Amino acid sequence: MQSPDVETVPATDRPWITVVHDDPVNLMTYVTWVFQKQFGYTHDKAQSLMLDVHNKGRAAVSAGARERMEYDASCLHGYGLWATVEQP
Amino acid sequence: MFRRYGEHCVATFAPDEVRVLRKVATEVVGLLTDGFDHADPVVDRLFPDIYPSNPEDSAEFRRFTEGDLKTGKIDSAGAILASLPSGSGGEVRLDPESAEAWLRALNDARLAMGVRLDISADTDLGEELDDAVLSDPSSSRVFQLSVYAYLGYLQESLLTALTE
Repeated sequence: MQSPDVETVPATDRPWITVVHDDPVNLMTYVTWVFQKQFGYTHDKAQSLMLDVHNKGRAAVSAGARERMEYDASCLHGYGLWATVEQP
Repeated sequence: MFRRYGEHCVATFAPDEVRVLRKVATEVVGLLTDGFDHADPVVDRLFPDIYPSNPEDSAEFRRFTEGDLKTGKIDSAGAILASLPSGSGGEVRLDPESAEAWLRALNDARLAMGVRLDISADTDLGEELDDAVLSDPSSSRVFQLSVYAYLGYLQESLLTALTE
């Protein structure tokens, strides 16, 4: 089966992502714990995402429908993480 | 610092620690109630724009979610106030739900202090504290930096106790 050309997928159907940005205050262990808690990720996956945030300044932590990403970001704000939503 | 006993996280606090925690939690509540002001960079950090390049969509989203977010943060800070010993020092015993509320509230308090103290990725807390002590040991900055460092240790110890 041929994979669909990205350019032909309407903008409204392309997935959105929740992005977490690096922050000088949040503890690395706390950020890992939040990713496990919020997304049910394994410790390894949560820790590797946390390291991405820490080393690269930002990381996409979830992807899907816009409303779902807004929900995720809002929950992350509840934990004090700096989260934004975008459509790459 | 916190230790795990069964499902509870338990710590014994000296009177000074109780006073500091009560003050810090009360300040967070104040910031989120009477003192709530979007022009305050602390509020900006606790309630970040969800669409940084689209202020209109950010404001629209904020309109629907900010109330709940604020209530959640006030409740978490309230959980600290509710579980502190009423007199001077004493034991604090947290079930998993209260432990999570404490983690969130300690984090909010550290975020607020981090903005006020201008903590950045390059900040070396020990160095910062040494400099502040050398310039004036009785300054408010020395106290604030010490509290900030203390809250970090406390949050880390609670997280370790909760997840071990």
